[in-house]
Amino acid sequence: MKLAKNILKCNRNLVLSQRSLATSQKTLAAQTITVREAITNAMDEEIGRDERVFLIGEEVAQYDGAYKMSKGLWKKYGDKRVVDTPITEMGFAGIAVGAAMVKVPIVFRGPNGAAMGVGAQHSQEYASWYSQCPGLKVVSPYSAEDCRGLLKAAIRDDDPVVFLENELVYGSQFPISEEALSPDFVLPIGKGKIEREGKNVTLVSHSKGVHLCLETAKELEQSGIDCEVINLRSLRPLDEDLIKNSVKKTHHLVTVELGWPQCSIGAEIISRICESDAFDYLDSAPLRVTGADVPLPYAKTLEQNSLPQVAN
Amino acid sequence: MRQIQVELESVIMNSYTKLLAILQPNTSRRILLQRRDAFHSNTVKSPINISGSSAVNTKQQSRFSSTDSSSKTLDYEAKNAYKLHLLEEGPKTNVSCNREEGLEFYKKMQVVRRMEASANNMYKSKLIRGFCHLYSGQEAVCVGMRAAMDKSDSLITAYRAHGWSYMMGVSVTGVLAELTGRKSGCAEGKGGSMHMYAPNFYGGNGIVGAQVPLGAGVAFAHKYRGEPNICVALYGDGAANQGQVFEAYNMAKLWALPCIFVCENNGYGMGTSAARASANPHFYTRCEYIPGIWVDGMDVLAVREATRFAKEWCVSGKGPMIMEMATYRYFGHSMSDPGTSYRTREEIQDVRKSRDPITSFREKVIQAGLASDEEFKTIDNEVKKIVEDAENHAQNDPELHVDEMYSHVYSNPPKNYMIRGCDSFTYKEATK
Repeated sequence: MKLAKNILKCNRNLVLSQRSLATSQKTLAAQTITVREAITNAMDEEIGRDERVFLIGEEVAQYDGAYKMSKGLWKKYGDKRVVDTPITEMGFAGIAVGAAMVKVPIVFRGPNGAAMGVGAQHSQEYASWYSQCPGLKVVSPYSAEDCRGLLKAAIRDDDPVVFLENELVYGSQFPISEEALSPDFVLPIGKGKIEREGKNVTLVSHSKGVHLCLETAKELEQSGIDCEVINLRSLRPLDEDLIKNSVKKTHHLVTVELGWPQCSIGAEIISRICESDAFDYLDSAPLRVTGADVPLPYAKTLEQNSLPQVAN
Repeated sequence: MRQIQVELESVIMNSYTKLLAILQPNTSRRILLQRRDAFHSNTVKSPINISGSSAVNTKQQSRFSSTDSSSKTLDYEAKNAYKLHLLEEGPKTNVSCNREEGLEFYKKMQVVRRMEASANNMYKSKLIRGFCHLYSGQEAVCVGMRAAMDKSDSLITAYRAHGWSYMMGVSVTGVLAELTGRKSGCAEGKGGSMHMYAPNFYGGNGIVGAQVPLGAGVAFAHKYRGEPNICVALYGDGAANQGQVFEAYNMAKLWALPCIFVCENNGYGMGTSAARASANPHFYTRCEYIPGIWVDGMDVLAVREATRFAKEWCVSGKGPMIMEMATYRYFGHSMSDPGTSYRTREEIQDVRKSRDPITSFREKVIQAGLASDEEFKTIDNEVKKIVEDAENHAQNDPELHVDEMYSHVYSNPPKNYMIRGCDSFTYKEATK
């Protein structure tokens, strides 16, 4: 039955379905895709699935996306479903919101946070800004699987969703399971994931910060410190319970992010933990690792030192 | 004589417009534009200059026809009711209505007028709080436009929205009780004056100019779905200089969106007259690639005719159109503004006496023999009762229960999602 449904979708799925006939899901060799592919394919599938869905933005059609995230979509779906706009953000964001009021599902997606040497005006991290607003849902995926599942969930959600990507991971390869490649694979908005289980300290992060935490965990392992790394996936709603349960286990908490310290995501997490019963389980004060409280400089060493590193 | 002069002016204006359409942007075009504007300002007075204005004075121009008593109509030439930009032809100047329509338009305008008067009183008695922007004086715009729209057409406006809320289907109770924050209000009291909604009516928007791109977006959705509907996006003379309005014009024209951009020019953006705020106060000409129509916004039949023309234009796939409704507001910008520090009381009284949309329409209907003074008095009493009844509800109905604060945050709240109250001990489940 599943095979029959998949054959009706795009070619990619056909290939995968044949494979799943031959072997069971668990013993398959891990396939990898890049974050870019995950996002492009998720959009492709959702545009194909629901007539109401269209992609609108600067350079999304004939340029294949300012960061090539919508490659091939315009050729496949044409002008009606993939719409190039003039460089008038206020105008077309307003148009998108107007269409959303008439029950067109809306997702605001794009790169967030620092890239490499793009200077302060192009490096701002908006996680805190958006996650402050009641009525919005805000997600900040890390892996390709996160991107795929959360983007599909965001598009299918009736509420407005802000989908924060990170330019630097667009090209990164991630392993992805068969299940994650199925066309109806959605991840629940509001739930995080434990990327690495551990016993001694909880590291909580989102987006690229998760990578940093995993690298840190590897290094600390050698000193005998076992880190539990949590990938938040969603910033609003925040998966408070996941963090609380982890803290109850490890008794230590460090939040990690690339944004500025004042009113950071970490500040929110720590406040919530302190207000909850998990506070009693802490053996030391919770700490934050964030970007430096400065507009991001351009010069290479300055930039590197303005953003968190494993050493922090 | 006056008629000949007006016709001559309009021929000259049209010639300028045609020449401009041919010329490339260069010195000649610039000089021609200046000449045209000089001619325009010399011959056609600004709509808000009411002394000796060339704005509609239909008493002189109109002819009332009454055929035999069973099929009487109000029929006249609204010759000065339109000015055109980038259009060869405009709406019909011969406007008419039958008795039924005449009485209906009168009644609706009167409801809006009385409803706003009631809001004024309730605000002064502190039953209404915060913002309250009254529509009195502008009734012919909302009644006339709505009469030319289909039920499934959409509309979005700014904050002077009570009249529009009523015309788009909210009952008088729904409006007044919303103003007093009761649960019988159309947004259950959660919105207040600037946030009223109804099917196909997208408010009610507080941020100046922001509703214009939204309106273009609603039009986008109509077109995307192949629906034969328009979206009317209204804004004021104050908002007409906002950058986002021009961004919306650009995309609406590029994509031929079925959107009518309507500038309700009541002469003042808060306390700043149109002439002091706009380098070009001829708002219907503000876009060099979208056709525009200036309409006498005090003449309900002219408004209806012009809207019919604009709607047909949009629906036939020709793209957007701009309309400028020359109208007037009697009250100040909002309840905190007496409205007399930037204009004279004489000006306000003058408009009431010579150009009021309701009394002037009534006179025309009576003169055409469609209805009598007594019938109008009966309607006035009916309207009084409707508004009093609504006032009753607005003053006595309860507010929403405090727990309802946590509803309508998400249309699709995650399961068991709890919303935080004002302290860490208060969490309530989110409801739809």
